Amino acid sequence: METTDLLQATILFAGDSGDGMQLTGFQFSNTTAFQGNDLNTFPDFPAEIRAPAGTVSGVSGFKIHFGSVEIHTPGGHADTLVAMNAAALKKYLDEVKPRGLVVVNRGGFDAKNLHLAGYSDGAQPLEEAKARGFEVIEVDMSRMVREALIDSGLGTREAERSKNMFALGLVYWLYQRDLGPSERFLEQRFYNKPEVLQANLKVLKSGYHYGETAEIFNHRYHIGPAALPAGRYRNITGNEGLALGLIAAAEKAGLRLFYAGYPITPASDILHELSKHKERGVMSFQAEDEIAAVTAAIGAAFGGGLAVTATSGPGMALKTEGIGLAIMLELPLVIVNVQRGGPSTGLPTKTEQSDLFQAVHGRNGEAPLVVMAAQSPRDCFEAAYQACTVALEHMVPVILLSDGYIGNGAEPWKFPSAEALPPIVPPLFREGTPYRPYERDENHVRRWAWPGQEGAQHRIGGLEKQDGSGNVSYEAENHQHMVKTRAAKVERVAQFVPEAHIELGAEHPDVLVIGWGSTHGAIRTAVQNLVVAGASVAQVHLRLIHPFPRGLEKLLLRAKAVLVPELNLGQLHPLLQATYPKVDFRPLHKIKGQPFLASEIEEVIAELLATLETV
Amino acid sequence: MNPLTAPDFTSDQDVRWCPGCGDYSILKQVQTILPELGRSPSETVFVSGIGCSSRFPYYLNTYGLHGIHGRATSIASGLKMLRPELSVWVITGDGDGLSIGGNQLIHLLRRNLDLQILLFNNEIYGLTKGQFSPTSELGKHTKSSPWGSIDHPFNPLALALGADATFVARGLDRDPVHLRGVLKAAAAHRGSSLVEIYQNCNVFNDGAFEPYSDKKLRDLSRLMLESGQPLRYGAEGEWGIVLDGLQPKVVSMADYSLNDLWIHQPEDRTKAWILSRFFDEPIGENALPRPFGMLYAEDRPRYEELLHGQLNAARDARPKQTLDELLAGHNTWTLEG
Repeated sequence: METTDLLQATILFAGDSGDGMQLTGFQFSNTTAFQGNDLNTFPDFPAEIRAPAGTVSGVSGFKIHFGSVEIHTPGGHADTLVAMNAAALKKYLDEVKPRGLVVVNRGGFDAKNLHLAGYSDGAQPLEEAKARGFEVIEVDMSRMVREALIDSGLGTREAERSKNMFALGLVYWLYQRDLGPSERFLEQRFYNKPEVLQANLKVLKSGYHYGETAEIFNHRYHIGPAALPAGRYRNITGNEGLALGLIAAAEKAGLRLFYAGYPITPASDILHELSKHKERGVMSFQAEDEIAAVTAAIGAAFGGGLAVTATSGPGMALKTEGIGLAIMLELPLVIVNVQRGGPSTGLPTKTEQSDLFQAVHGRNGEAPLVVMAAQSPRDCFEAAYQACTVALEHMVPVILLSDGYIGNGAEPWKFPSAEALPPIVPPLFREGTPYRPYERDENHVRRWAWPGQEGAQHRIGGLEKQDGSGNVSYEAENHQHMVKTRAAKVERVAQFVPEAHIELGAEHPDVLVIGWGSTHGAIRTAVQNLVVAGASVAQVHLRLIHPFPRGLEKLLLRAKAVLVPELNLGQLHPLLQATYPKVDFRPLHKIKGQPFLASEIEEVIAELLATLETV
Repeated sequence: MNPLTAPDFTSDQDVRWCPGCGDYSILKQVQTILPELGRSPSETVFVSGIGCSSRFPYYLNTYGLHGIHGRATSIASGLKMLRPELSVWVITGDGDGLSIGGNQLIHLLRRNLDLQILLFNNEIYGLTKGQFSPTSELGKHTKSSPWGSIDHPFNPLALALGADATFVARGLDRDPVHLRGVLKAAAAHRGSSLVEIYQNCNVFNDGAFEPYSDKKLRDLSRLMLESGQPLRYGAEGEWGIVLDGLQPKVVSMADYSLNDLWIHQPEDRTKAWILSRFFDEPIGENALPRPFGMLYAEDRPRYEELLHGQLNAARDARPKQTLDELLAGHNTWTLEG
C-alpha cells in the first residue's frame, strides 16, 4: 500500500438530508483539528426543510478543506467526494477535481434512487463517471452495515441509519485519521443508549477496517500537522463566535447583554446560541417581528444594556427606521446582518455581500453610523467584540456585516483569554453630577444616563434636538450643526480603530487586492500563491468600512492598480472610488450564491499583472 | 422627604397642543395621580410613538422616550424586560397603536409586561391634519375619504380582550375625576393595562364623544362600571341591564328590581367580552349604553417576571462558568509552537 504525502486536501461528504452528512463532516473536522491540521469547513444545506428523500433538492453536503499549510477557505474542487446516493453524485460530481476520487454507497444507486435523482431509464452514472476519468470506488455500505449489526438487536432501518459512520470510518482510514475523538463523541452522545452506542462504534470500526482489508484503494494519504501558532484551540462557527463576542463584550463592559431577534436564515443560530446562556444573565428575546426586535433593543439601550439585534437582508430592511431612531438618540446599538443572497427573499441559504450599500446608506436623512465586517468564522468573535466596543464607547449604532458563508462555516480558533480582552469603557453618567443629555466630549460623544438614576431625568426622541439640552428644536443653524456633529462623531471612530495595513505581500505592490468580509480567505490564498511565485501583489482587508480606516489612502496610492473582489455587483468599489478618486480601482464581481474560489481571484490578478507589464 | 406633588412631575417645556385639545386634561390627570403612586420621577418612564398624543413625555419631568410610529409598545417592552423595577407608561393613539402599531400592541398585551398603555382615541388622524383613522366610523367624510370612509372601524377594547389583555378600561378626557380613578387602577394592576381614553380633537373631529360628555346626553348613553354593582344608568338610575342567556338587554327599573340586574364582575372574562361589545351608537330604543371604567382585570404572570425567573433559575441550577471557560467550550486541543 502506497502512502501519498499531501500539503492539503478537500473532501466533500454528500448524501440525503436524512443520511447524517453534517454530523459526519463535523466529526471529520473535529478529528482533523485534533491532529493539528489547519482547516475550514462549509455546510451546504438544502433550502427545503424536508425535501423528498433521494431527490437532488434533498441533498445535504459538507465540505472540509484541511492541510499542513494555512487554510483560509473551504477549498475549491474536491479531491474526494463521498456520495451516499445517486442524487448526491448528480449534484456534486462537477465539483470534483479531474481524476478525483469518488466513493459511493452502492446501496444508494438502485433503480429507485436513480429515478428519484432524475436519471433517465438505463442511465449508468457510475460508469459515466469512470469514463470521465474519475476514480470511482463502489462500496455497498448499506449491506455491510446490516451484516455488521446482525446480532446488535437493532432493526434493519435503525441499523442502516449508522451507515454514515461506516463512510466516516472508511475516510478516516483513507486519510490516516485517529478514531479516538469520534469514539469519545459517540460515547457522550449515546451514553444512555448502550445498544445504539455499540452499533455506531462497531460500524465506525468496520468502515476503517474495510479500508484496510478490502484492498479497494491503491493508496492512502498523509497530511502532517500545520505550523499553527502555539496555544489552545477549539472549533468555532462564525455565528457561535459572534455570540460569544457579544457575551464577552457585555461582561467586560459590566453591562447586561440584551439580544432581540426574529428568526431568519442564516442569523437564527445567534439567537439559539445566546438563548443557551441564561445562567450568565444573557437576555434573549424572540420578538414578534424585525421591527419589534430592533425597537426592543433600543428600549434596552435606553435602559443601560448592551443592546444587540441580528438579522439578514430582508430583516435589515424592516429595521431601517429603528436604526435611524438609534442614530438620532445617539444610543449604543449593535445590528448584525448575516447576509444572504438578495434582493427580497432571494437565496436564503446562499451567501452574498450585497447589503453593503444598505448598511452604509440605507436610511432616510443624513444618517451615518459605523459599518464593520467580519472576515472568517474565527474572526467573528473579535469583530463582534470590536463592534460592541465602538458602539458603547462612542454612543453610536454599529452595523456588523457577516454572511451565511462565515456564519455557518467553521474553523479552529485560538481563543483569547478573558484577561487579554481590551477593557470597554462607556461614557457613563455619575449620579450627583449635572446631566445634559446632549452635552459632548471632545470626540462628540454624549454621556449615557438611564432610567432609575437619580437626577438625570431626560426626554429624548426622533425629533431634531438642541445640542446640549436635548430639547426639541426646529432651529435652522442647530439642525445643520447636529447633522454635521453626528457625521463627525462617526468619522472620529477611525481614530480609535487600528490603521489599515498590508496583511500579506509587497509594501509597494503592482496589484493590491482589497476586500471586506468573507472574501478574506479566498483573496488571501490567491495572493499567497502569487507571492510565493514571485509576483508583486499584496492584500489589504477592511474591518472598518464606514468610516474607512486611517492610513488606507497611502496604501492604495502605492499600488499600480487595486483589485476589489466582491460577491455583489460592486458596492465597496464605488465607495472607495468616490473617497480615493486618484486610485486605479478594478472591480471583480461574482453573484452566484457561492463564495469565490481562490483560483478565480488568482487568475484575475495574474491577468491584471500581465496587462500592467505590457503598458 | 417632602411628599411629591404634581410640579415634581412637570417639565419646563411649553405644552404645544392646540388650544382646547383633550390632551391637556389627560396630561393634567396623569400629573395629578403620579405623585400618589409612590414612585419617584427618576423611576418613572413615559414612552410614546408618533402622533399628537406622543408629545406627552416632553411635558413630564420623568425619563421619556419619543420613539417612532407604532413602536412605543416594543421600545417599552425592551426597557421593562431589562429594568423590571421601573414604572413604565406607554402613550399611544388610535393611529399609532391600532393602525401602524397594531402588531406590537397585541403582542405586548399577550405577553403581559407590567406597564400602562394609555391609548388616546380621537377617531381621527390629527397630526397629519384630518384623515380617517382605524377607529373612525363608517361613512366618515375626511380629506382622504371625501365619499365617506369604507373602512370598518376597530373596537379597541374588544381587540385588546382578543389579544388576552389582562386589564381593559375606558375613560374620557372630559370626566377628570373618573379618569383619575381609572388611571390609578391601571397603575395598581400588575400586568399590561390598556386604558382607552376618549379624547376630543376639537380641530379635526370636534364632538366625536359628545354623547358621553355632554351633560344633557350622557346620562342615557354611558354606563359607569363599578365592581360588584348592578349595571344601571340614566339620570335617576331608571335603566338597567339584564343578561338573557348571553344577550344583554336594556330594561326599565319600573319593571325590574336591582336583584334582576347584571352585577359587574371585572374578573369574568365572558361578561367582559359582552361588555366590550356594547359598541353600537347608543341612540334609539333598546340601544346599549357605552361602558366606562374597568371592564376586565385578571392576574396573570408578567413576562418580565417569567424572564427573570428563568434567568435566576438557570443561575442557581448551573454554576456559572468563568468567561475563560465559556470561551474554551468543551472541546479544546493544544498545539505546541
